[in-house]
Amino acid sequence: MVIKADKLNLDFETNDGVVHALRDLDLEIGAGEFVSLIGPSGCGKTTFLRVIADLETPTGGSIAVNGQPPEQARLARAYGYVFQAPALLSWRTIARNISLPLEIMGLSSGEQQERVERMINLVGLDGFGGKFPWQLSGGMQQRASIARALAFDADLLLMDEPFGALDEIVRDHLNEQLLQLWKKTGKTICFVTHSIPEAVYLSTKIVVMSPRPGRITDVITSDLPDDRPLDIRETPKFLEIAQRVREGLREGHADD
Amino acid sequence: MLRQKLLPVLTIIAAIAVIWYGFTVYLNAPWQLDQYEKSATEWSMTDLVRDTMAHDRPVLPAPHQVVAEIWKTTVKKKVTSKRSLIYHSWITLSSTLLGFVMGTFTGMMLAIFIVENRAMDKSLMPWIIASQTIPILAIAPMIIVVLNAIGLSGLLPKALISTYLSFFPIAVGMVKGLRSPDPMLIDLMRTYNCSRWQLFITLRLPSSIPYLFTSMKIAIAISLVGAIVGELPTGAVAGLGARLLSGSYYGQTIQIWSALLTAATLAALLVIAVNIAAQITQRMMGAPK
Ligand SMILES: Nc1ncnc2c1ncn2[C@@H]1O[C@H](COP(=O)(O)OP(=O)(O)OP(=O)(O)O)[C@@H](O)[C@H]1O
Ligand SMILES: [Mg+2]
Repeated sequence: MVIKADKLNLDFETNDGVVHALRDLDLEIGAGEFVSLIGPSGCGKTTFLRVIADLETPTGGSIAVNGQPPEQARLARAYGYVFQAPALLSWRTIARNISLPLEIMGLSSGEQQERVERMINLVGLDGFGGKFPWQLSGGMQQRASIARALAFDADLLLMDEPFGALDEIVRDHLNEQLLQLWKKTGKTICFVTHSIPEAVYLSTKIVVMSPRPGRITDVITSDLPDDRPLDIRETPKFLEIAQRVREGLREGHADD
Repeated sequence: MLRQKLLPVLTIIAAIAVIWYGFTVYLNAPWQLDQYEKSATEWSMTDLVRDTMAHDRPVLPAPHQVVAEIWKTTVKKKVTSKRSLIYHSWITLSSTLLGFVMGTFTGMMLAIFIVENRAMDKSLMPWIIASQTIPILAIAPMIIVVLNAIGLSGLLPKALISTYLSFFPIAVGMVKGLRSPDPMLIDLMRTYNCSRWQLFITLRLPSSIPYLFTSMKIAIAISLVGAIVGELPTGAVAGLGARLLSGSYYGQTIQIWSALLTAATLAALLVIAVNIAAQITQRMMGAPK
């Protein structure tokens, strides 16, 4: 089991009272799964990823990453994290932003260069390696930050709405790329999105969440075939799953 | 481009000159009128204007008198001469620069200690702030006298006064800069399990650079003030401060004003130099033009 959350709770103490960001979360994610978290704004998706990443400490329950406490996993560099915003260092070129984690790991410069080139190519930023972040559009910056997380090459990828800022075509393309990468490498991916088709297209498991307090309302295991061309989104099977996700989301909203 | 920058500057200078001339006539007139009365001279308005601008020891010298004095004591004098303004400027400049470098270094070190160590933050910051509440005019003579007593004189004591003044803006600005990175970037570095040193060198230090340069602009200007103040209690040997002091002993207002103007020009040039260094650095760090 890569991630095992058991009655996970997280409350934020704020000036105007306690916010229950996560309430009694139970979730298991196995090795090699592609799990999407979907739910309205403020339901705790980012918070959950941050707990896995040891950037936030739960106030109750337990969580294990690779069978260890999250801190242990972080120290072992067990995951790569793509933030909701690009989070690039403005004084580094795109290539040097992508090589940042590699520098910190102490890889040889040859290895760094090789990986950076491969990742730049993967996310379609060829020719932009020498540019600074402000010279790129928001979507390109986000792709650079994905390349950076992929370059890190951990077995677990935590992605917080990585494609939210991209146009439909690029998004489709990167969805395909990500799916291929996942199939090829057998990584475990935990992916936050607001798009139902994206969640259904990518995932083996879709986790539907609802806010106030943040909790899981439905877990849908997808039985779409592993081989997924883009037009699979037209098939009845796909639409059926999408419909179930939509109902799950609606139920969460009805509680308000 | 150049014209756009130059025009406003020239306009301001012209305006200042006009006002200055006005005050020259106004402030020097009483004495001049006295003179006319004593010698029972007939005088017209043009005479008055002309004569008030030609006093030896005017209350306020006219701009062209100051310019002429500066010309006389820079271009027309050998730089090694004790009466050369370039010689005096160099004395002041060298202690300004030494003090500035030491102040920048001290300020940076303090900032790093403060940011990297919680206890330091609590214990050091109050002292740093307290140090700046003591008027420099009060402690400058003490520094000079105490250091003289242990055999240190000349450049170093003056530079130390500049250091005392300049480390403060550097420390404050640098602390702010080192703490400026976006929390998300700090989280990012955390996910890489980077060491404190790596966090400092790859994130905190580069983030602090713009803050550092802003502080350096203030620091270099007050370093000059410190150097001039440091020259006052040494008994007026050399330096722009000494020129100011000896000028006021002997009522040489033209000399005072030319030293003042030179100091102001020096300050402007120093700030411009820091500015250029800042621009080059930021260009290297990929900042948009
Ligand atoms: N540091 C914090 N302090 C206090 N409250 C917080 C903090 N971080 C998040 N919250 C609150 O916790 C709840 C969950 O936030 P979270 O960012 O996880 O939502 P999300 O599902 O990622 O939303 P979005 O889709 O808009 O990104 C929100 O109500 C938010 O206001
Ligand atoms: Mg979020």
